Amino acid sequence: MEYFLQNLINALQWGSFYAVISIGYSMVYSILMLFNFAHGDIFMVGTYIGCGIATLFLSLFSAFLPGWLIFILTIVVTMFLTSFVGVFVEEVGYRPLRQAPRASAAITGLMIGIIFETGNLIILGAQRFKFPALIKSVAYHKGGLYFTNVKIMIVGISILLMLALHVFIKKTKWGMAMRAMSFDSLAVPLMGVSINVIAPLTFAIGAGLASVAGILYGQAYPILDPYMGILLGWKAFVAAILGGRGSIMGAAMAGYMLGFIEIFVAMIFPSTFRDLIAYSIILLILTFRPRGFFGMEHSIRLRL
Amino acid sequence: MQLKVENLEVSYDKIKALHGISFSIDQGEIVTIIGANGAGKSTTLRALSRMVPSGHDSKIEFMGNDVLKYSADKVVSKLGISHVPEGRMIFGNLSVNENLSLATFARKDKKQIEKDRKWVFDLFPRLFERKDQAAGTLSGGEQQMLAVGRAYMSGRKMMLLDEPSMGLAPILMLDMFDALKEINKLGTTILLVEQNARLALKFAERGYVLENGHLVLQGDADDLLNNPDVKKAYLGA
Repeated sequence: MEYFLQNLINALQWGSFYAVISIGYSMVYSILMLFNFAHGDIFMVGTYIGCGIATLFLSLFSAFLPGWLIFILTIVVTMFLTSFVGVFVEEVGYRPLRQAPRASAAITGLMIGIIFETGNLIILGAQRFKFPALIKSVAYHKGGLYFTNVKIMIVGISILLMLALHVFIKKTKWGMAMRAMSFDSLAVPLMGVSINVIAPLTFAIGAGLASVAGILYGQAYPILDPYMGILLGWKAFVAAILGGRGSIMGAAMAGYMLGFIEIFVAMIFPSTFRDLIAYSIILLILTFRPRGFFGMEHSIRLRL
Repeated sequence: MQLKVENLEVSYDKIKALHGISFSIDQGEIVTIIGANGAGKSTTLRALSRMVPSGHDSKIEFMGNDVLKYSADKVVSKLGISHVPEGRMIFGNLSVNENLSLATFARKDKKQIEKDRKWVFDLFPRLFERKDQAAGTLSGGEQQMLAVGRAYMSGRKMMLLDEPSMGLAPILMLDMFDALKEINKLGTTILLVEQNARLALKFAERGYVLENGHLVLQGDADDLLNNPDVKKAYLGA
């Protein structure tokens, strides 16, 4: 039982990364019917930006500001900066291809990803960066369970962000425009709403969320490398598919589910089998429910 | 002259839908374009609201502005030309009220927006009763009311209407045209395209007849109603 609960805590943390990143895929898909395959690498860039900001702020402010405040400042500034990466990807990469076949956009996304990875190598070199610890890790032992304040914080901030996004989409006019676009993007300009405002905004939010996932990831796994976004990005993409194309709620839930499946498979089987078994399970789910948990019936016609 | 269209050409891929039509509309008029299915009526409206690109030699001037320099959203928000599209294109996942609010996305005049909303609800009390309902659950007639109300909220100088009578029961059709008259009384110019030629010509002051992408006839609505060719081709008499 304790062993189970212990793994549950780990699964929650692991699922939080997937959930927050996969929302970025789903949001973009819901408004533009395309998957932004550069998203994993936007996560990577966001993590590096976060690492740089955290290092800078620690050296500047640690003498007179408390750690939690530096942590929050790092999150806010990193989100802000990384959102421009998202806007850049939309405007330079995808906007010229709005009318082009979706496959062109998919390839463009992959190329942008490669440019980010190799660009990172060229600018920063092959040295591995270490994400500074922004929160002093405190370990708790309660009834045989072992967990740290960092783990709680990762799960807490992720859920808080997703709730904030939910409120944004339900209550603001920009969120309303996004929902309208997910229903019928052709009619949206007739309402006086520019798609060239809503699309970059959506990319900006997705990128901002990914960068927070990056900061949180850096607190749990501090060694960064330019290819860190690939595997995490693809797995978050799987979560977005599993949740149902375009469904933000579905992406979040599937992100956690993916975390659970991975952790619990590793609990039962040797950990080298983890991905093989975990993704076979997901393949099986998608065989019987190809539109995912919350996908619309009509989105079953696959458009990459 | 509020709207002046010269040599408007639209092609879908290589097929020409409009072969250089020209017409003009004065401020406050009610004008209709009638024609058979596929004559190019919807295409004309879509070209005006910049949903489809126009040919290089086409000219559309609205109150002194070159419409072809504006994007679809700016035609609504800057020029004040609203469009009730074919098939209504209601956002079914948004509530009735949200549909109306979305139409004011680019507007900053908060007080006037609320007045307009109240006016729309007074004009279509059914919408008020259902304002918090998802728009997808409305009946066809109610969706048409919402589409018109939404257009009223988005731009006020000219309203383009694509078959507002389609799918409505006869009694609702008349109600709808009464509502459009009310909107027109407040100064909104109306350009209506209709397959139901009799209804459209009774409602409008002037009319054009569109055939295979060419404007073949124009005149006062009453004259067109009595024109033997129009009678034979479009009025079934």
